[in-house]
Amino acid sequence: MFQLTHTPICPQAFQAKMAHLAAGGYVSFEGWVRNRNEGKSVTRLEYEAYEALAQKEGLLIIEEAKNRFEIIDARCVHRLGSLALGELAVWVGVCSVHRGPAFDACEYIINEVKHRVPIWKKETYDNGDSGWVNCQQCAKAVAL
Amino acid sequence: MTEFKTIKVHYFALLRELRGCSEETLETEADNALTLYRFLQQRYDFPLAPEQLRVAVNDNFATWETSIQANDTVVFIPPVAGG
Repeated sequence: MFQLTHTPICPQAFQAKMAHLAAGGYVSFEGWVRNRNEGKSVTRLEYEAYEALAQKEGLLIIEEAKNRFEIIDARCVHRLGSLALGELAVWVGVCSVHRGPAFDACEYIINEVKHRVPIWKKETYDNGDSGWVNCQQCAKAVAL
Repeated sequence: MTEFKTIKVHYFALLRELRGCSEETLETEADNALTLYRFLQQRYDFPLAPEQLRVAVNDNFATWETSIQANDTVVFIPPVAGG
């Protein structure tokens, strides 16, 4: 399962869906909105997605993880819209018979989501500036 | 003979802000995704080179060589930053 949501993520609700009697363990990752990035003081984040393609690519990553690692289930949910500091931006959960594959699959999923899923993040800074993350060069070109 | 097609372009993130809208309908004679982007890049002064972008046609990732057909929806994808 891969899901995009405009409302706050409740990790307990997603964890409950991972319950499986064959599972010996469950690994999760939570990505939080932090207050600094590349030396700048961040005050809030705005996430935007190309939802139709993000949903497809996210689901593909989950299926890849299930094929690559010996896991029972994997899920990921990504928040969209305006987020305050400390809020949960992304949640990944994996359960497996033994812990190793769950750790590996969880890392694989978050890495691939960050690199491949069409989701963008705009940071607002305490000096009032804002910028699209990973588009610094674009932003510089715009400033010129 | 030049053939004009009606297509849709959707814009996200930095490109949406630079264009000033989320989508537009265009009449274009562009034969592939790269030709279409070059045209829009010039028209709207987009600072991103094609090498910095990915392209999607009808909600699937595509190559720059993908031909553009009438009624296609095209999206140019700036560097992503989920997570």
